[in-house]
Amino acid sequence: MKILLAAVFMTLVFLADAYSSFLLLIVFSVTAACVAGRPLGHSVKGLKPFLFITLFTVALNTVAVSGMSQDGSGCFSSVIREGVVLSIQIVLRLFLLLTGASLLTSTTTPVSLMDGLEAMLKPLKRFHVPVHEAATVMAMALRFIPVLLEEAERIYQAQASRSAVFDSGNPLKRAGRCVPVLVPLFVGAFRRADELATAMESRCYRGSGGRTRMRRLSFSRADSLCASTMLTLTAAFVCIEYVM
Amino acid sequence: MLSIRLENLSFCYQQGTPFEKTALRNITLTIEPGTFLGVAGLSGAGKTTLLRHLSGFLRPTSGRITFDGLPVDAHGARDLRRRVGLVFQHPEDQLFEETVYKDIAFGLSGAGVSPEEAAERVREALEAVGLGEELLERSPFGLSGGEKRRVAIAGVMVMKPSVLVLDEPSVGLDPRGRGEILDHIARMRRKRGVTVVLATHDMEQMARYAEKVVVLKGGSIVSEGTPREVFRDAGALESAGLEPPRITRLMMKLKKALPDIDDGIGTVEEAAEEIKRVYRGKGCGWRRHDTRHAHGQICSRQFDSSPVGPEDEDTAGGRLYDACISC
Repeated sequence: MKILLAAVFMTLVFLADAYSSFLLLIVFSVTAACVAGRPLGHSVKGLKPFLFITLFTVALNTVAVSGMSQDGSGCFSSVIREGVVLSIQIVLRLFLLLTGASLLTSTTTPVSLMDGLEAMLKPLKRFHVPVHEAATVMAMALRFIPVLLEEAERIYQAQASRSAVFDSGNPLKRAGRCVPVLVPLFVGAFRRADELATAMESRCYRGSGGRTRMRRLSFSRADSLCASTMLTLTAAFVCIEYVM
Repeated sequence: MLSIRLENLSFCYQQGTPFEKTALRNITLTIEPGTFLGVAGLSGAGKTTLLRHLSGFLRPTSGRITFDGLPVDAHGARDLRRRVGLVFQHPEDQLFEETVYKDIAFGLSGAGVSPEEAAERVREALEAVGLGEELLERSPFGLSGGEKRRVAIAGVMVMKPSVLVLDEPSVGLDPRGRGEILDHIARMRRKRGVTVVLATHDMEQMARYAEKVVVLKGGSIVSEGTPREVFRDAGALESAGLEPPRITRLMMKLKKALPDIDDGIGTVEEAAEEIKRVYRGKGCGWRRHDTRHAHGQICSRQFDSSPVGPEDEDTAGGRLYDACISC
């Protein structure tokens, strides 16, 4: 359910064009963040790593858009303004996307995400798509991202402590220098996968056939509230964008 | 040689985020060149964090760390890492080359060492960890766990660091492998005079190898000194969740009966000497006539009070030991 809502939200973000609709979306995401009890400063901080990319796009957009619309008609300053406006829109869009995505992942455990995904894709089972297995694989992949990151960091330091050099030389050489980190990382990942498989098997995991759930997902009042809010939001959005 | 000094060093993971966690608080510590320093503490006490500061991977949140009086940047982090070899936990995870030789020599490739010298140093490092040369052409992935770990340690030793920092090098090995690895490191230390910093929660190892021990608890030092001093301070050790070696616990029990026995002793060999010494010091009278009384105090249930002749010293010590182990 959340996934669906998040998806709708993101589509809206991409479609947004008018100032007022942006305002609407911002207000919505801020309230949503407050309701979920996530400090908004957090998602602003999450934006930090993207700061460079954002600035880069801003610069590029300013230049490129300005270049595009230089048909001699408008004065130079208005052209620049057009570029800046567009880049601000892009920044806002990025921010909203991140807020939406982080709201989804920070309020939902991978397990319930997986359950949701599985429930959503259930109709595909008719066509013999192994939905449950696919969802399990996805959830595990999600679960292991931080583990692998941590391990990569550790191996990097271990190699550095025996004088491995990572940050000099031409790109080709640099790529070659990743080998001392990548090989142990892969070895570790395979070992982990193997252990996980054994652990699952020893708990008698046999895939989708006749599995019961410990926590059943149910459509509660909160869910319908969310859905109706989203519906209202979409309606308002459509009004602003296309009617007004 | 490198002397390392930590002054009021504190370190905080993820400072300024909701996940902020203080790992070290106000650590002040001097590591003199050539010492064997043991860092004891349970998992989560800050051992690994402390060790990572020693090779410049982490920078203190507050306080400072100096190497020969200079901060990390004055040495250059890379240069420093060459002088302070850090062996991570489970170092076998870092192996990646096709052969053991290449893996050990990996660190030398950027150091401008001639192939002949590299071969010589690899051989030395291999010997220092007690492995045979027949392994050199094998794949590191086909070795046993203990062998892999030694190869990985050799990969750090080959750089000839003046400080060797080991993070739980013996965890997950069988008892024999454990002792062997540390014996080899101790031997190499005597030969080359390097400084060794060893993190472990195994107090028997501390007793056997360390000259100085610091005990960490929740990121602070709760006890420090020679192993004997630390073991005698049983309260601090216990509060850190650690136990003195078994033989030290025995000596503590013996002290109740024999007040002049040294209860900080941590190895069986030293304990045997100490028991003999105290026994002899008491003179024959004690052995012949006061046996019942002395032993009765120690453990009336287990130890019968048969008279002990001078030739029976070791047996008596052994029986004393058995008696107290079982009570």
